[in-house]
Amino acid sequence: MIKLEKVTKVYADGTKAVDEMSFEVDQGELCVFLGPSGCGKTTTMKMINRLIPITGGNIYIDGVDNTKINASELRRNIGYAIQEIGLFTHMTVGQNIETVPVLKGWSKSRRRERAEELLELVRMKPSEFIDKYPNELSGGQRQRVGVARALGTDPPILLMDEPFGAIDPINRVELQSEFLKIQQKIKKTIIFVTHDIYEAIKMGDRIALMKDGKLVQYDTPANLLYRPKDEFVEGFVGADRALKGLQLLRVKEVMTGTYATAKMGEKTEVVRERMEKEGIDWLPVVDNSGRFTGGVSISDLTGGRAKTVKDVITPSEAKSDINAVLNEALSLMLSSGLKTLPIVVEDNRLAGILTFDAIQETLHEAVKTGGTK
Amino acid sequence: MRRWIVLVVMLIVMVGLTIWTTSVGDIGIFHAFTYADIFTHTKDHLIMVFWAVLIAVIVGVPLGTLVTRPGFSRISPLVLGGANIGQSIPSLAIIAIMATLPFSLFFFDFGFNRETAIVALFIYGLLPIVRNSYASMNNINPALIESARGMGMTRWQIIRKIELPLAMPVIMTGIRVSTVITVGTAELAVLVGGKGLGTITFTGVFAREVLLIIQGAAPTAFLAVSLGIILESIEKWITPRGMKIKVKNS
Ligand SMILES: Nc1ncnc2c1ncn2[C@@H]1O[C@H](COP(=O)(O)OP(=O)(O)O)[C@@H](O)[C@H]1O
Ligand SMILES: [Mg+2]
Repeated sequence: MIKLEKVTKVYADGTKAVDEMSFEVDQGELCVFLGPSGCGKTTTMKMINRLIPITGGNIYIDGVDNTKINASELRRNIGYAIQEIGLFTHMTVGQNIETVPVLKGWSKSRRRERAEELLELVRMKPSEFIDKYPNELSGGQRQRVGVARALGTDPPILLMDEPFGAIDPINRVELQSEFLKIQQKIKKTIIFVTHDIYEAIKMGDRIALMKDGKLVQYDTPANLLYRPKDEFVEGFVGADRALKGLQLLRVKEVMTGTYATAKMGEKTEVVRERMEKEGIDWLPVVDNSGRFTGGVSISDLTGGRAKTVKDVITPSEAKSDINAVLNEALSLMLSSGLKTLPIVVEDNRLAGILTFDAIQETLHEAVKTGGTK
Repeated sequence: MRRWIVLVVMLIVMVGLTIWTTSVGDIGIFHAFTYADIFTHTKDHLIMVFWAVLIAVIVGVPLGTLVTRPGFSRISPLVLGGANIGQSIPSLAIIAIMATLPFSLFFFDFGFNRETAIVALFIYGLLPIVRNSYASMNNINPALIESARGMGMTRWQIIRKIELPLAMPVIMTGIRVSTVITVGTAELAVLVGGKGLGTITFTGVFAREVLLIIQGAAPTAFLAVSLGIILESIEKWITPRGMKIKVKNS
């Protein structure tokens, strides 16, 4: 648990970067520091691991005043990842990840084991990447290594300053989703700095919205969206908050789970009858073990005689993971032109479908009830 | 590749000139120096260069590093300027000044001897090392230092594990340049009693015998070129592999 009590920072030049900030971050919670550039997010974060000395107030980590802990010792127990990543170019990926384990005096074999485990966690094949150098990696891969390195000795707390800020939008969305999955496993107490409201809503359990060094609203993403405390928050959240609210929902909460499907080997006749009976013009196709393979529309089925689904299937790549954030699924539907988006779980197994109607209904509901789920 | 051919040809020519001048035996009214003489003077020469460069490294790297630290940045122009002045004084002048210093300092007896020559050479060879240490330590990506600090490395650990390895290739270049310069400057050491290959060259100068001058100059050039090659190889060898790889985009 992290507790800030009237934390204040005045820089040597007189800039009051942080002004009596007080709030608490609970164990296992991801707290986003959000606000316009220069509002004091980085400064506040760096006072937690004492990279910046505090001017006034106190910061407690699990009840202990952080100025009472040796600075290096404190930092070794708090994972740290920054936008510029800062991987050591003269060290391999493995050596980078082993930085804090080395500082803590872990044995060589234990370190190596941990590095491999962490690479697995960020979905990079250890045998392929552990001996590579940072300059041999893509931006996204470097970012993953940065996250793995921050988790080096399994610290209970992570500080991340715009960790995905330098990544292109498409990869960023993917990294965010992956990181959320990781967080579900590791349940760290995380401070996550961003100036991107979409990222904040997607990632945060709680958001600390700041302005000019002051805490304006500290709340859940839903409350920030639907119960803004003042005009600044309302303006920062923006008029399209209903759309932003899509970030709060997962596909699995909106999709239709039971749904008619077509099997690969089925006769087209049978499938057409099924569609007519259900009153729909498109069906997802699955193979014998329930894996999603493509789709058939009613126009493909008319005309031909005695053929099977296999002959008329349109193989499809467009699909969404059941854990995806709703607005990502929506933008996929818009870009692929699908009115019905197949939803899959692990192993490409079909879990259901997502329709525009369902999304619309949910949105309507959210605005009405103030986003409580 | 072309460069290597040129270097090898130079080395062969230097050896050839040395063998030729040594084998003529009599040069005018003088005897040419023998191989044994050349060997002894080469050894003296190398010893002076070794000590001068070693002290320059021991003093120069920490000095160049120190002035990159916050708090010392104000004296960095002073240090760099000082080292610059050291090198802008003609080498002969430094040697001469050293020779006229009639006192003892620490364990040095500044008289007509090898120690005097070494100190003069050290002053002269200091600049490339200080300058390169300063430039490379000052140029390290601040994000790396911030990460290192954020992960709990102490100041000393950051210098040892991050900054020095990253700066090492450029520092090594400074050491190489300093060594090559010092090999040349050490020709003058004989004027303050330091012996070395300058003994042969200056005998030639005073006797006005070109062959004798060549007999001293050729091995000196050989030393400069071959030490340069050796140090450049070491430089390549110690450069961490990760720093030789070009950054991949995307
Ligand atoms: N070292 C510093 N000295 C003086 N002012 C600083 C320093 N670092 C940051 N500031 C100022 O403090 C304020 C907050 O900065 P920062 O915490 O970096 O904001 P954010 O991370 O929200 O963009 C800004 O006005 C910034 O200019
Ligand atoms: Mg910042």
